[in-house]
Amino acid sequence: MTSAGPRSRLRGLAARPRRERRARREQRARLRAVQLVVALVALGASILGALLVGAAGLPVSGVLKALADTVPFVHLDSGLSVVEHNVLFELRLPRVLMAALVGGLLAIAGAGYQGVFRNPLADPYLLGAAAGAGVGATLAIVAFSSAPDFAVPVAAFTGAITGVLLAYGLGQVASRGGSGGGGTGTLVLAGVAVANFLSAVQTFLQQANSQQLQRIFAWVLGGVGTADWGQLRMVAPYALIAVVVLLTHGRLLDVLAVGDEEAATLGMSAARVRFLVLLAASLATACAVAVSGLIAFVGIVVPHLVRRLAGGSYRIVLPLSLLVGGAFLELADLVARTVVAPAELPLGVVTAFVGGPFFVLVLRATRRQVDV
Amino acid sequence: MTVLVRGLDVELGGRRVLRSVSMEVEGGSWTAVIGPNGAGKSTLLRAVLGLRDGQGMIAVSGRDVRSMRPRQRARLVAYAPQSPRLPAGMTVFDYALLGRSPYIPHFGRETAHDRSVTAEVLERLDLADLAARTLDQLSGGERQRVVLARALAQQTPVLLLDEPTTALDIGHQQQVMELVDRLRLADGLTVVSTIHDLTLAAQYADRLELLSDGRVAASGPPADVLTRDTIAAHFDANVSVSHDAEGRPLLALERPVRPGEGAAQ
Repeated sequence: MTSAGPRSRLRGLAARPRRERRARREQRARLRAVQLVVALVALGASILGALLVGAAGLPVSGVLKALADTVPFVHLDSGLSVVEHNVLFELRLPRVLMAALVGGLLAIAGAGYQGVFRNPLADPYLLGAAAGAGVGATLAIVAFSSAPDFAVPVAAFTGAITGVLLAYGLGQVASRGGSGGGGTGTLVLAGVAVANFLSAVQTFLQQANSQQLQRIFAWVLGGVGTADWGQLRMVAPYALIAVVVLLTHGRLLDVLAVGDEEAATLGMSAARVRFLVLLAASLATACAVAVSGLIAFVGIVVPHLVRRLAGGSYRIVLPLSLLVGGAFLELADLVARTVVAPAELPLGVVTAFVGGPFFVLVLRATRRQVDV
Repeated sequence: MTVLVRGLDVELGGRRVLRSVSMEVEGGSWTAVIGPNGAGKSTLLRAVLGLRDGQGMIAVSGRDVRSMRPRQRARLVAYAPQSPRLPAGMTVFDYALLGRSPYIPHFGRETAHDRSVTAEVLERLDLADLAARTLDQLSGGERQRVVLARALAQQTPVLLLDEPTTALDIGHQQQVMELVDRLRLADGLTVVSTIHDLTLAAQYADRLELLSDGRVAASGPPADVLTRDTIAAHFDANVSVSHDAEGRPLLALERPVRPGEGAAQ
């Protein structure tokens, strides 16, 4: 249909002055190297900052030297005692890495849910995925007190999927009666109902099994304070799968933004994309919940920030949410363990302090879009 | 026959929306589907797109639409919906680039060729200057052209347009119709569009298909279909029909004469 070949265009492009070429590039919303670098630096800085601060009061230069010492071919004497060394590598480092991992997982899962449901308020916590994972994990702990390590994440995953499907189904049923689909609000309300219900189930389970209470509580309120290398190793493979699947679906989620029917006329199977992303986002949520308990709002706050600052395409939102989510939860954990030191705040409390007001902001922005 | 529909029955929610509809659209022609509200015009387009199940045959370029894979179908038929969902914040270029989806593998990405096809389409539709704008910053006429750009980027031989001129003023209506007509003649596109404005339909379409209550009530060249009587019968409207120099019908609404008004003059 088009007459001039692509080659003539490409040659023209190469000859264009740089400014014009940049203008051309801005027509497309893609992840830019600058954005990626900024996000990586933010994550790196937050991790380093979190490593330097802690109850043990390790000397900054000692920590830096000990970290540098782990780099191959670098040998530095950190001057840390054996105890200090253990605090750094067996307590602080796993905790810090876990915070980054959980933050990244929750944020990218939120972005995935938002793409699937075309709803910026979708969030692992609000959708009932997190609560579902909680029930699943609690069941695994209660039912098989000698369950192998991997059983908890698997049960959490099953619970997360069940939670999301319940919320989605309930939302569909509830909006069918009303006019015009219901959309944004209905799904979130259904999710809140499901989340509350599942939390109640979980509370019931833990009260009915008081002999396991300590184990359950350690997990529910866990945050990332109890993280160790074993936990990291346990969730890493699942987390990797979830993240890879989500990252490869950026373009397809952009296509899905035009709606199922139009996506179908563009040759895409909306159902298949939705299914895969839903599975991956729920797996990511389950990983996060299985090791850190319930942490709210990361999945809303981070993708929204990324959208505002970097662009709305899911090819930007997904990867940057992963990195910024890690940095965000790292900072939240830093606040959690310093603000009432020597005691610690539960991590979920810190994120809720930020997330509550933020939710209102996002809601306002969404309403405005709908009104236009 | 580029688009062939035979004995098509479609049921939606227990209601029969289309009853044994048949339609033949020749390659390179423009067919306008007209009819009163709720006659099944949009459903007919959706059926041709493979979005609605039903009894009967639907073929595009000699191949059964419903046995095709979605990607194959999307390389044959492009669709510009009546009220498209325009994701706020997406740029015009990215939106038009979505039209290349049927050519991109599931986990793949756009190639330089896809981008150059898109850039070319935007150039043709006079949208090159708006390429970096986001969709929420466009006027109604610009939006219509952007949706058209996405459909053209699919590079299909058949273009389905659902009410391409609704919500446009008369100048923009003409602009969009002229544009589609130019593209059709230049590229040999086959166009099927639903359209409310009967005079507009008659000006641009080679054939009209009048749907009424799910059936084809009349079909043929505009002058044969748009007569005072058929319009009275199916639209319940009083119109006078005149003809332009080319013999295409021009419709004007007639206000019924009320008793007493005539005498006052």
